[in-house]
Amino acid sequence: MQNFSLCDIKKGEHFVIKKLEAKGILRKRLMDIGFVPETEVECVRTSPFGDPKAYSVRGAVIALRKNDAAFILGVKKK
Amino acid sequence: MSERKIALAGNPNVGKSTVFNSLTGMKQHTGNWSGKTVGTAEGILRKRKKEIKLIDLPGTYSLAANSAEEEVTRDFLCFEKIDGAVVVCDACCLERNLIFALQVAQVIPKTLLCVNMLDDARRKGIEIDIKSLSEETGLPAIGISAANGEGLDELSDMIFDLAEGKLKTDFIPVRYPEIIRQELKKLYPVLKSEFGFSGIYPALAIIENEQGFISAFEKRFGPIYEKGTCSIPDAYEKISSCVVLRAEEICLSAVSFLKKDFSSRDKKIDSVLTGKFFGIPIMLILFGFIFWITVSGANYPSEVLSAAFSKIGTWLEQILLSIGFPPMLKSLLIDGIWNVLSWVVAVMLPPMAIFFPLFTILEDIGYLPRVAFNLDRGFSKAGTCGKQALTMWLVYNLIFSHILFRRCL
Repeated sequence: MQNFSLCDIKKGEHFVIKKLEAKGILRKRLMDIGFVPETEVECVRTSPFGDPKAYSVRGAVIALRKNDAAFILGVKKK
Repeated sequence: MSERKIALAGNPNVGKSTVFNSLTGMKQHTGNWSGKTVGTAEGILRKRKKEIKLIDLPGTYSLAANSAEEEVTRDFLCFEKIDGAVVVCDACCLERNLIFALQVAQVIPKTLLCVNMLDDARRKGIEIDIKSLSEETGLPAIGISAANGEGLDELSDMIFDLAEGKLKTDFIPVRYPEIIRQELKKLYPVLKSEFGFSGIYPALAIIENEQGFISAFEKRFGPIYEKGTCSIPDAYEKISSCVVLRAEEICLSAVSFLKKDFSSRDKKIDSVLTGKFFGIPIMLILFGFIFWITVSGANYPSEVLSAAFSKIGTWLEQILLSIGFPPMLKSLLIDGIWNVLSWVVAVMLPPMAIFFPLFTILEDIGYLPRVAFNLDRGFSKAGTCGKQALTMWLVYNLIFSHILFRRCL
């Protein structure tokens, strides 16, 4: 069971959050829009320049920059 | 009898302002870009000789405010004396919206859930069981489609009932871990009796050490001495997770997906609009096309207007001369005021009259967030974000089209 961060997953891959390393306002905001441990997230698209990426979480699609998604740790889901 | 007040809250872009406009008959600006409602808007809801003041609050994802507009919403809900709140939710992502709705119900137990955009949800095969939603949350709920007027009549009746206390609200509280509940037991009664807070959110915010709320509280009531709590590690995470998981639990019974891949059409469109090969070219072609239409389309009306103003100007000049108007004054009026006015209208009006409707069409079909998404990388390196691309484009389009006419500037 390898630990990945959300920014590592590619379009179409699924991810289960295990830990949030973000601090302060970013941490609160991420949790309040549904990025809590044990949540399943799917990467649905990537911007033409590779950053940001859009993730489907709890029925909504949210765009996150690489350096913000890097704080979200978890495992890939088959 | 003092006026009853109801606040309209919800996530950005759920149609709060559309609901507000429909109920009050006012014309607040709406669009699919978040951040349009800045500050509160007030209107009167009238029905059968009764009146209620409706307040449209800026959209926010959470009461833990991240910007000035979100602070406006948080402060209004927490500190203003209101008779109830209506949380407008987007039926297409109810779970995320419910997170905020549960937070609001923790501030004001007299909360009405208004699930909007039912027509969009139906198209995507998403079915919302309003009765189940109401039973699961203990809050009154209604489904509407503000864009085509569906359900608005019933909503206004429910708002009146909510304000007059006739609507049964029996909020089923979110269950928190024992450690949080212990602190709530100590803090909540004090906050209720001394400061009049009916909901538990203020107590939760103090337990979480939510600085935004604490500063707002202290500004109004003085320093929070004797919080009566020791700080709980990861309090915010514990509390937030409970709310998020509760929203998930509610949606499991209230929301059903009839189409397995309901967003496949949108996904296909987006994969082209934000795709590696077509994303930027499509954007450049579209922007270039709009710019070209603005300039070339505005040319002819501009000349017509210019000629017309010129004729009217000459005619006015003749009249003034014939009645013996002093030449200097005539010059001020005609060569000065009239000519400048006509140049400005003839040159600026046609491009704006073409550009703004086109820009609004792009906004309404939802293309603009894709532009911000595509360009965010470059803009974030410049210290801002993709949204600025739109402000830039708007300004540049207008400036360049005016420079091209070479009459102003």
